[in-house]
Amino acid sequence: MNYIDSNLKVVGTRPIRPDGVDKVTGRAVFAADTRVSGMLWGKILRSPHAHARILSIDTSKAEKLHGVHAVVTAKDFPDIANEEAFVGEGPMNFRDLSYNVIARAKALYEGHAVAAVAATTQAIADEALALIDIKYEVLPFVIDVEEAMADNAPILHDDMFTGGVTPKPTKPSNIAKVLTFKKGDAEAGFKDAEVIVEGKYTTKPVHQGYIEPHACLATYAADGQITIHSSSQGHFMVRAYTAKLLGIDIANIRCTPAEIGGGFGGKTLIYLEPVAVALSRKSGKSVKMQMTREEVFRGSGPTSGAAIEIKIGAKKDGTIVAAREVLKFQAGAFAGSPIGPGCMCGFALYDLPNIEVIGYDVVSNRPKVAAYRAPGAPITSFAVESALDELAEKLGMDPLTLREKNAAKNGSKTHYGVTHANIGFEQVLAAVKTHPHWKSAVPAGQARGLACGFWFNIGGESSASVHVNEDGSVSAATGSPDIGGSRASMGMMVAEVLGVPVSRVRTTVADTASIGFTFLTGGSRVTFATGMAVTQAAEKVVDELKKRAAMIWEIPADAVEWKDGMAFPAGSNAGAFEPLDLTAIAAKAGRTGGPINAEVSVNAQGAGAGFGAHICDVSVDRETGHVTIERYTAVQDVGKAIHPSYVEGQIQGGAVQGIGWALNEEYIYNDKGQLENPGFLDYRCPVASDIPMIEAVLVEVPNPRHPFGARGVGEVPIVPPMAAIGNAIRRATGVEMHNLPMSPPKVRAALDAAGK
Amino acid sequence: MAKNYVSTIINGESAEFLCEPQQTLLDVLRDVIGLTGSKEGCASGDCGACSVLIDGTLVCSCLVLGVEAEGKSITTVEGIADGEKLHPVQQKFLEHAALQCGFCTPGLIVASKALLDANPNPTETEARYWLAGNLCRCTGYDKVIRAVMDAAAVMRGEAS
Amino acid sequence: MPKVIIASGGSCHQFTGGKTEFDVEATTFRQLVRELDKKYPGLGTQVEEGMAVAIDGEIFQDAYQVELKPGSEIVLIPKIGGG
Repeated sequence: MNYIDSNLKVVGTRPIRPDGVDKVTGRAVFAADTRVSGMLWGKILRSPHAHARILSIDTSKAEKLHGVHAVVTAKDFPDIANEEAFVGEGPMNFRDLSYNVIARAKALYEGHAVAAVAATTQAIADEALALIDIKYEVLPFVIDVEEAMADNAPILHDDMFTGGVTPKPTKPSNIAKVLTFKKGDAEAGFKDAEVIVEGKYTTKPVHQGYIEPHACLATYAADGQITIHSSSQGHFMVRAYTAKLLGIDIANIRCTPAEIGGGFGGKTLIYLEPVAVALSRKSGKSVKMQMTREEVFRGSGPTSGAAIEIKIGAKKDGTIVAAREVLKFQAGAFAGSPIGPGCMCGFALYDLPNIEVIGYDVVSNRPKVAAYRAPGAPITSFAVESALDELAEKLGMDPLTLREKNAAKNGSKTHYGVTHANIGFEQVLAAVKTHPHWKSAVPAGQARGLACGFWFNIGGESSASVHVNEDGSVSAATGSPDIGGSRASMGMMVAEVLGVPVSRVRTTVADTASIGFTFLTGGSRVTFATGMAVTQAAEKVVDELKKRAAMIWEIPADAVEWKDGMAFPAGSNAGAFEPLDLTAIAAKAGRTGGPINAEVSVNAQGAGAGFGAHICDVSVDRETGHVTIERYTAVQDVGKAIHPSYVEGQIQGGAVQGIGWALNEEYIYNDKGQLENPGFLDYRCPVASDIPMIEAVLVEVPNPRHPFGARGVGEVPIVPPMAAIGNAIRRATGVEMHNLPMSPPKVRAALDAAGK
Repeated sequence: MAKNYVSTIINGESAEFLCEPQQTLLDVLRDVIGLTGSKEGCASGDCGACSVLIDGTLVCSCLVLGVEAEGKSITTVEGIADGEKLHPVQQKFLEHAALQCGFCTPGLIVASKALLDANPNPTETEARYWLAGNLCRCTGYDKVIRAVMDAAAVMRGEAS
Repeated sequence: MPKVIIASGGSCHQFTGGKTEFDVEATTFRQLVRELDKKYPGLGTQVEEGMAVAIDGEIFQDAYQVELKPGSEIVLIPKIGGG
């Protein structure tokens, strides 16, 4: 059923989330909060070298230490085949994942896991790590993406030959693959252009910065059955990957989702779980592991840093006639940066006749990248949206007008083959135009920037169940870890369909043994795909409730109508019986056919793309180079906001992560290829005093493929901030901002270089 | 290693524990006492997820040794509500949707209570600087600040 | 006959020897996969396991159940995940 234009009572309101009280009182159980009797503490030994061959590992001294129960190295894991499968961000090679979890022949970055121990206390585990004797042959390393692409660069993988070029290369390379996208004829288009802007841009790797470090508790029982309690963006993902890496049956693993303390894409893969299981198997005891913050920075995935070249040509009236972009993305130590979306997203917002995009996926001696909110899109859009602003200035045109003139609409065909349908970009730009922030004069001493962003959003496999309890209250369960309040929105959709108050519905996240397979929480898919599953499950329950009422009344089921949480006799029977509410039908469920419940699994397609536009006012302290965000407004098409507060929260949080990416965050390496800022003091995430209020403006262009019109909202808001801020700084100072982060020393240096 | 005997008051109840000299108060709370509401996000005093009050003073419990708690009164997130009645800060965090993942929330609740105990009528800027030691990666702080300002108004009797 | 277009170089070119546009006789996506494997061994499996497709402009992460029209345009693109 479709509820888009119906009179909604629950969807669109702002109830308190079901897990709220536990989270404000400290009761919520996160991954590191669980203990079992007799458990051991597992710890990981990490490579101090950026690139080194592992010649030998002697664990004998560590094994003899009193209190140590197990030591594992790569030898304790099967050397699995080179096999690709699609997962969260792109094709995942399980051999690479295995080698990332524990290094086999070579350590490929400083912080790469090499061995692990399990001991009765954390202190003993630390002592044992120091007793493991590893002989390394230190190899030349490469950190920078363009240096890694050079002919004479140290090669990370002897068996990596650049894909996507013909004929197949004969020499190994750090370039894992080359992607090319073409629409029209870019060369010819540039010949028609009257105004051209060109530039080179760089972005730094940034970490997702979830406050909860990775943690898990695993138990391997004598009969081979395994339980894992961990925090991730997908416990079915944890189950599948752990099974794959250890070569065991999926049915032998049961994963319980802990509350997850942030992920933003960084918890769409595994680091600790297979190691904890291997330690538990070897010791016969439960093993608990948790990363330190330093390990999170050194050993888990940031997103790519990149170098980008861009060229855009337009007519004097602002019509863009050609665009060209070259993207070089760092993948970290193994192939698989978000170069695909990087190539697709930047120009997806505009209806352009001639486009050429070339993307390189490049390995270097850094931690393997992981997904981070709209993977790839913020990087490409930093370049595209900055170049557009320079183009607007060159044309003497308002930056909003330039975007309106070239904006993608329904029917616009992108350079990657998709024709936009049911998109709301024009509505977003219209909302910017009429917003008081955009209409207000720029305050003295400040400057204003505008930038836009796009994300595809995805659907995929989800399962949900709805149970009517004996007293007429309702329990709903899904397989989607709740990372930002999704239990609230799931319960709201169920309540809306059943016609009951949301307080009558309690929503949980079920473990892998208690609900059907559900793909991970990412790509802004949960409200869309899992929302679709839970809505359909509630509809099946309504059908059953009508049948039960029909049985009680002894009338045909199609003569029963469900309205406001009650069954009414309809048609010729209208008024013949008193309506029966959920409680009354539930009370008789045993006699009318047994418990009333439904489970639905879907593979949802048609997610509905998202568009946003951010406006920001900045002031620049010319003496120090410090940039202050004075005012910030984020406009976004959200389809339909199921719980508007949490939709606003996604937009505000994404925008502030983007502000951190723009102004402060970066990985700093020393000349030995070691990370110098693996902590929150030196890796500077935004804090409350850095940021103004973030006004989130919700534009609602319904997605017809979702029962309530929802489209994903979590990814888009991180896309525009870097260019919005860079554009504002450029307008404030007259100096181009092409390199992130725009931190005080770098802004000051750019001003110096420009003689300002 | 010999353990130290420490006598304290935790959330209004007298509490005694044995801890190793190098053990932090955070580790004692989580691993010895079993109060896991205080979180470890960094163990270096940068994120504030382990915020507690010692004799009313806001501290990061990862920067305090367990033995330093001797004779002190400690308030953790578990001790902020009055039984089942939530503190106004907790209630306003719920109403304003000032949490997403909820991991930084215990620290923010404790730090916000400490702010309002010290300054019942903070400006937005004062609230932002007071809470600058509590990282939140989900919310962008907007709804957190609104919740704190609203809770302050409730505690002053100016709102409900 | 439906037309197959490889929008991105990447992993598909290695199967087709660089060819980016060709016609394939198929009325369903499943048949398309089989025909691709016949024409360029390995490409069908690559498309089924590792690619998303845009069929007549609409994006499918999984097009397994989709029917094709005689003039359908099938564009092969990288799969999309997200944070």
